[in-house]
Amino acid sequence: MSKPNIQLDSQGRLKHFLTIDGLNRKMLTEILDTAESFTGVSERVVKKVPLLRGKTICNLFFENSTRTRTTFEVAAKRLSADVLNLNVSTSSTKKGETLLDTLRNLEAMHVDMFVIRHSDSGAAHFFATHAAPHISVINAGDGQHAHPTQAMLDMFTIRRHKQEFTGLRVAIVGDILHSRVARSQILALNTLGTSEVRVIAPRTLLPADLRTLGVHVFHDLEEGIRDVDVVIMLRLQKERMTGALLPSEHEYFQLYGLTEKRLKAAKPDAIVMHPGPINRGVEMDSQVADGPRSVILQQVSFGIAVRMAVMSIAMGTQAQGAAAR
Amino acid sequence: MQAEAIDGLIGEMVQALKTRLEVQQVKDPVMIGIHTGGVWLAERLHSQLAIQQPLGTLDISFYRDDFTRIGMNPKVKPSQIPFEVEDRHIILVDDVLQTGRTIRAAMNEIFDYGRPASIILATLVERSGRELPIQPSVVGVRPPLTNEQQITLTGPDPLKLIIGTSKQETRETS
Repeated sequence: MSKPNIQLDSQGRLKHFLTIDGLNRKMLTEILDTAESFTGVSERVVKKVPLLRGKTICNLFFENSTRTRTTFEVAAKRLSADVLNLNVSTSSTKKGETLLDTLRNLEAMHVDMFVIRHSDSGAAHFFATHAAPHISVINAGDGQHAHPTQAMLDMFTIRRHKQEFTGLRVAIVGDILHSRVARSQILALNTLGTSEVRVIAPRTLLPADLRTLGVHVFHDLEEGIRDVDVVIMLRLQKERMTGALLPSEHEYFQLYGLTEKRLKAAKPDAIVMHPGPINRGVEMDSQVADGPRSVILQQVSFGIAVRMAVMSIAMGTQAQGAAAR
Repeated sequence: MQAEAIDGLIGEMVQALKTRLEVQQVKDPVMIGIHTGGVWLAERLHSQLAIQQPLGTLDISFYRDDFTRIGMNPKVKPSQIPFEVEDRHIILVDDVLQTGRTIRAAMNEIFDYGRPASIILATLVERSGRELPIQPSVVGVRPPLTNEQQITLTGPDPLKLIIGTSKQETRETS
């Protein structure tokens, strides 16, 4: 018998959003469809809906990320929720007991939802496992494991430009080995029926088990992006430049940096994505980042709508569960 | 009720709306339909009244007062108001008025787009069961229904009104 998916309630509805793994196409499509309806809210005179009025959402960031935390905060506020922002030092949470203490203290403040980012893989699962039944947990990035809302906002951006996933060829370029975003993107693309997912990276930045995810591996950028519809560039952590994994920023850009010239190998209407913030002149040059095919700033805007969708679906599941009890 | 009869009701609603607009001296109204049945009805009224501005549509899922009991509607559609709401005279259209909660939610949403000059409510059916003090300005039909009976508009083409003892039954009959 397979292990039950902790993300789902007894009726199979999304209660926590921890990873793309184990979610089916219908669920992912429901998130994208709901996000579609939320995009209009940001364009109105009153940029708010009353859906989560009276609910308290705690952004619990054990790892710094201004951009992700801000978009979660904006999303929660646009749903009329009250928001607590807590930046917690990683050093105080090395042990499970301490994380549990943190959880219990916050539960005592009557929080309804946790948005958690942590440098350890599995931290969000830990919270979801131990949180009180009326609380939902959203993973805002854990270790090298998963970053499901980033993946879903990427899927939303792709669908906005390409309509369908079937028939699409998507390339993910960069540090796949350390990227929680890439893992979540690959799972989401495969679940949504993308025809071909390619990854392009130096051998030192590829995980050993990558082919089990059903992707095509390339080590040459121009070969890899030939005829693709979507190019997703990953952020390169500068500290990896100084280690043994990469020779230098300059050499990385020479081999894997996206330029206008290289982008010509992709389809003429290919879009370029990046989770941000960009290392200009390392992952891509400014001409591409600010060029007509870049949809990087749209990703940020869509991120708010997608996070509103995930929060409201998870909180709605809690509501239905409470009504059934 | 069959399509021909509903066409007749819509024709009467058009006349009633014209009179209403004249009495209120409204020259350039805009129209908003509430998903899903209200939009089907609004498309017909909008066309027959020859309203200049495109039709607006509302999905009130994000404004429902029962979210904390029944959760998210998985079939939520985007609301689209392709005109300025501020100081406009709005004809708000829905298929069935019963409790009044949908109209309350719709008005809350409209005010988040701007402050309209006025709202005229037009519904194809007005029935018993009001829970909020909301009444329509123009009505197609007021059928005598028991508390147990449900009435549902099916469409979009043809439009039909189905009466049953549950929403499930009215959907199955349609």
